[in-house]
Amino acid sequence: MCHQTVGLIAGELERRGIATTSITLLAEVTRKVRTPRALFVDAPLGSPLGRPDDPELQTAILRAAFGLLTHPGPPPVLVPFAGPA
Amino acid sequence: MASFSDLSLKNRIFMATYRYRSLDPVPFAPPRRPLVEARVALVTTGAVHRPDQEPFDEGWKGGDPSFREIPADTDVATLGIAHKSDAFDQGPFRTDRNLGFPLDRLREMAARGEVGSLNGRHLSFMGSITAPGRLTADSAPRAADLLAGDGVDVALLTPV
Repeated sequence: MCHQTVGLIAGELERRGIATTSITLLAEVTRKVRTPRALFVDAPLGSPLGRPDDPELQTAILRAAFGLLTHPGPPPVLVPFAGPA
Repeated sequence: MASFSDLSLKNRIFMATYRYRSLDPVPFAPPRRPLVEARVALVTTGAVHRPDQEPFDEGWKGGDPSFREIPADTDVATLGIAHKSDAFDQGPFRTDRNLGFPLDRLREMAARGEVGSLNGRHLSFMGSITAPGRLTADSAPRAADLLAGDGVDVALLTPV
């Protein structure tokens, strides 16, 4: 249910002019919720930043998530993380 | 890879029959300024809380819609995790809180100048909300008002 909750909060933020980018581990759910911008990370539930104690991978995922901010749309934007997770 | 097939039968049946709420139309705010100048807030649904904060209430039918403010100077390693969801293995998240609440990574990015600044507070929800009426009517709008009032430009959202 975490993924629906993320999408609904993102919607409230976007309505107030705050650009959001989200991580998703369940693309099927995020597609249904229509979360404005989401990066799909191919990792187990509970591990949105990929792997514990792997700052390099975590930073790469964050950079990719922030990269969606300049995606031209239209929303919803759902893009897979290109690196290994 | 996370997919429906990783989940327990109970969770799979729930998710296959659950009617997900959907944003329609999808609100889409263009970034007000480049990331290197933006004020960034982190919003997680990983149910983290400071040791001095009330943990989330697992007994709330339909899911506890409340949120906790996590001040920017919080030591990530000290955060409690109130999630009791059986849908995922919590071991890795408990080993490294940054896996779901990457505040240390964001601090590093801010120190390197990749993001402009971090907001003075970040927010934590417990994502396991099956009846989101109170979330959408009350707590999510209040949380969004807080961050908008702080002048946040960009929010990063992480589920667990």
